[in-house]
Amino acid sequence: MSAANTITYREAMREAIREALRRDDRVFLMGEDVGAYGGCFAVSLGLLEEFGPERVRDTPLSEAAFVGAGIGAALGGMRPIVEIMTVNFSLLALDQILNNAATLLHMSGGQLNVPLVIRMTTGAGRQLAAQHSHSLEGWYAHIPGLRILAPATVEDARGMLWPALEDPDPVLIFEHGSLYGVSGQPGPGQVDITSAALRRSGKDVTLIAYGGTTGKALAAADVLSAEGTEADVVDLRVLRPLDDATIMESVGRTHRAVIVDEGWRSGGLSAEIGIRIAEQAFYQLDAPIQRVCTAEVPIPYARHLEEAALPQVPSIVAAAREAVAS
Amino acid sequence: MTALRQVAPDMDPAALPRDADIRDALELDSLDFLTYVQTLSESGGCRIEEDDYPAFATIAGGADFLAAHARA
Amino acid sequence: MNERAEFVMPSLGADMESGTVAEWLVKPGDRIRRGDVVAVIDTDKAMIEVESFHTGTVESLLVGTGRRVPVGTALAVITGAPPAAEPVSPEAVSPEAVPASPEKRAARPRRLPSAPGAPHAPAPVASPLVRHLAEQRGVDIARLRGTGPQGRVTRADVEHAEPAPEARVSPLARGLAARLGVDLAGVHGTGRGGAIRAQDVREAAERGAGPPPPEAVEEAARPPAEPAGARAVPGADQERRREAMRQAIARAMARSKREIPHYYLSTTVDLTRALAWLRERNHDLPVSRRLLPAALLLKAAARAAAEVPRLNGFWVDDAFVPGEAVHLGVAISLRGGGLIAPALHDAARLELEDLMAALKDLVARARAGRLRGAEMTEATITVTNLGDQGVEAVHGVIYPPQVALVGFGKIVDRPWAVDGLLGVRPLVTCTLAADHRATDGYTGGRFLGILGRLLDRPETL
Repeated sequence: MSAANTITYREAMREAIREALRRDDRVFLMGEDVGAYGGCFAVSLGLLEEFGPERVRDTPLSEAAFVGAGIGAALGGMRPIVEIMTVNFSLLALDQILNNAATLLHMSGGQLNVPLVIRMTTGAGRQLAAQHSHSLEGWYAHIPGLRILAPATVEDARGMLWPALEDPDPVLIFEHGSLYGVSGQPGPGQVDITSAALRRSGKDVTLIAYGGTTGKALAAADVLSAEGTEADVVDLRVLRPLDDATIMESVGRTHRAVIVDEGWRSGGLSAEIGIRIAEQAFYQLDAPIQRVCTAEVPIPYARHLEEAALPQVPSIVAAAREAVAS
Repeated sequence: MTALRQVAPDMDPAALPRDADIRDALELDSLDFLTYVQTLSESGGCRIEEDDYPAFATIAGGADFLAAHARA
Repeated sequence: MNERAEFVMPSLGADMESGTVAEWLVKPGDRIRRGDVVAVIDTDKAMIEVESFHTGTVESLLVGTGRRVPVGTALAVITGAPPAAEPVSPEAVSPEAVPASPEKRAARPRRLPSAPGAPHAPAPVASPLVRHLAEQRGVDIARLRGTGPQGRVTRADVEHAEPAPEARVSPLARGLAARLGVDLAGVHGTGRGGAIRAQDVREAAERGAGPPPPEAVEEAARPPAEPAGARAVPGADQERRREAMRQAIARAMARSKREIPHYYLSTTVDLTRALAWLRERNHDLPVSRRLLPAALLLKAAARAAAEVPRLNGFWVDDAFVPGEAVHLGVAISLRGGGLIAPALHDAARLELEDLMAALKDLVARARAGRLRGAEMTEATITVTNLGDQGVEAVHGVIYPPQVALVGFGKIVDRPWAVDGLLGVRPLVTCTLAADHRATDGYTGGRFLGILGRLLDRPETL
């Protein structure tokens, strides 16, 4: 890999937005501080200058208002990209997302598609405390009518946006805040938004992760490999609808599953994946399913407490060891 | 010798020349041969790779290999 | 309640006309369950452990050991009395006070090994009521020391006993044990809390016989040249057995050639990918877990048979009867001459590692003369692999009433054109002999085509 080809996750996302704005004049970006300030995580830096205030729009601090406006624009034939600063704040727009975006196609008897893309930051690890750090994508993955994406690699950050805009129905993209500075190759520019990906192959245990935990799972697989345990690492990529086939194929080979989820354990995405494995691959299991999730507390501010609350490489390694031993 | 008797109980391996091909002389098939190598690997406490199998075609070759590798 | 059934000399293969009871494993009065091994039958080809089709009590044995009788002859009478239906007699309420009547004692179930690895301790004596109580409380009576007369287990013993911990068996291990015929009671679990995992079952299957049956104990004193668990055939007997087996093979093969219009197909398969994959896979494994090319060939044959079901089954009464699953007959040459083709059950669904373990177990038991009846009669298609002898192709004779036989020759390095270039590649000649009454060459060709494609994608096997 030559350094010349690598870009950061942030640059990949910006490049994806730039490409979309160029390809289709129905596409526009709006959200808090996406224009003059260049985005709270600097994703849209320079786009206002390049595309002008019509297409890169700063909004008032009202998530309900600008998400609702985005839905209206989508119904009116536009292809809006709405940026919400963090998933915690998206709750202010939950009524719009659930009661309108996800529901209108159903309630109109199939007449009204909502071709809207909402991007937001998720996850902890940057000492932003309990109102900016949670991983609530599992809640959105609960809602029929939405497609939920979690790009974990630079390639996915670069390639998921355009197919998401082409989807006639609402798509939510969750960008883990710890990934923006990660470098990698952007790939050919488009990827599928339907399947999970096997990021590493091993025969002894399956580590299932997504978004911010994919890198940790891969690092854990390195540690395990040094001990002689070879792990499959499944990056879910799409949290709704889940790609059951890839998960079951892997568990069918390794017979052991460890689910890594930065969300909380109770009623979360890890619970959903665990029960699907039990439903579909029960007779393939050779050990109880293990989960590595965030401690059931609001994310702490203090660095050592925050680190202790989150899934980390050692806790993933420990869970995998337990799966292999039990 | 015990390993050979296990796979070819009807033969007397002690009567074999040390450099005879045991697969021919004792009519071993590939499964018998694998069992033979497995027994030696486990009782000798010594790792035997697939690449090393040819050494075990004769009693002398196997003995030399084990002498050179056992707990080295 | 008094339903009577006969246990008859079974037909353990198309070539079997008569057999000899070599050994009874039950005696009058013993309770048996369907599937329990009740006798060892000498078919001339092998000693086969034969299972009962009935549940009940052995009333009488009609044929003594050593007598040769035709297939179908009644050997024993079994009266149907399912154990659970036994009434609780009033005196049983305080069993410690009442000496057991002889019938009652004889009626205790004697647990027989239905699979390798079964523990063989005789069950302790206890009244039906005490047994019932033990079952209710989850107490394993075999683990109790009876304090009653003659060591009988009393009600108090059960009441004071700790319930047996629930066996912890992973779902995968449980399924595997069923497929490999391993009795979980004899498997040592290495997981947390003694949980039995797939690897434990594989190891148990590979150990094969597990603890020796009591009748084999005296044989343990024999010189170490005897393989463990082998039923040594006395020297004088060996010649007779060899001759009898020759006769049996002669009958089956003559019938095959007389009745079955064979057609033969053959194809050459490039094993470069298969062998490279195998080598990579075996690289880091201990010898005991390595796979032989034969395992790949057998698995591919089983999968291909599953995809072409018209080759997998029997020709009976002028019609084809499909096999319920692919029970792959594996032709095993016996040391000292002779041939036997017992079945690897449900081979298409066995994982490679399990298939390898099952194959080792089957060959070991075939050579030690410890096959079971089901393995002798249920093969739905047979594979013969003469590669070890150095021949390049085998055009086989179908084992009736099966309708196909798959042959593999030696893997040889030969010049072979790939993408317009000549290279040296490891090749194997795969052949199919099939019954033209059941299928035509087109079906057979499809089978070999699928077989070749599977062998080219070893990672999918």
